[in-house]
Amino acid sequence: MPVPKRRTSKARRDKRRSHHAWKGVALSICPQCLEPKLPHHVCPHCGSYKGKEIVEVEEG
Amino acid sequence: MRHLKAYRKLNRTSSHRSLMLRNLVTSLFEHERVETTLMKAKEARRIAERMITLGKRGTLHARRQAASVLMKKSVVKKLFDEIAPKYEKRNGGYTRILRVGYRKGDGAPLAFLELVEEEIAVKKKKKKKETKKATAKSAPKKEKAAPEKKKEEAKEGPSEETVETKEEAKEEVQKEPSEKSEVEDSAPENAEPEETKPEE
Repeated sequence: MPVPKRRTSKARRDKRRSHHAWKGVALSICPQCLEPKLPHHVCPHCGSYKGKEIVEVEEG
Repeated sequence: MRHLKAYRKLNRTSSHRSLMLRNLVTSLFEHERVETTLMKAKEARRIAERMITLGKRGTLHARRQAASVLMKKSVVKKLFDEIAPKYEKRNGGYTRILRVGYRKGDGAPLAFLELVEEEIAVKKKKKKKETKKATAKSAPKKEKAAPEKKKEEAKEGPSEETVETKEEAKEEVQKEPSEKSEVEDSAPENAEPEETKPEE
């Protein structure tokens, strides 16, 4: 069975991982209140979705 | 292969799952909207849609079939007499699932399952901040809603709007990740025109 000839050095390992960083949550902007919100979710700030669908919002 | 994976088991035995979903669907028809986890909503949707189809059929047999699922006789009556007639012209898709975030405690994704076309009365617990926002925003929007097209709006949109946004939403803006500022400039225009209508 083929096996690696060399152990992967720390440098190679770390270079490989240089792209693994978490880039953060993808948020979209609520068209109603312009607050950041999760995409495809009811806006937690103003309770709207697709321009309507109002849910009550308690003050936080 | 996803063979024989027709539905979700929801970590329950068959009888437990069946009872839970029947209860959920009964509540849906009773209240027109229920809040539950996303996965339960998706499973309950299957049953709910089937029930409405039975309701549209309207025969005695259909009524008995529905009664064997729904937990309350009054709900069967409501389904056949009130709910089903509304969907006369709609071929499926009687329900809607709206994601509403994550439950604190176990992080489960939550969703509303609701009947389409039901105007659900908005519970207004505290209206103050919302109305303030509405008036503040609807005024400048009207100017921009006039040139309906998105591209036109895009030109003038960002400069004026982001200023407002930042003032009004300063606390939140600080929390948001840095990339968001770019999105903010481009995103708001997309859905603007619809927005003015509900307010007025």
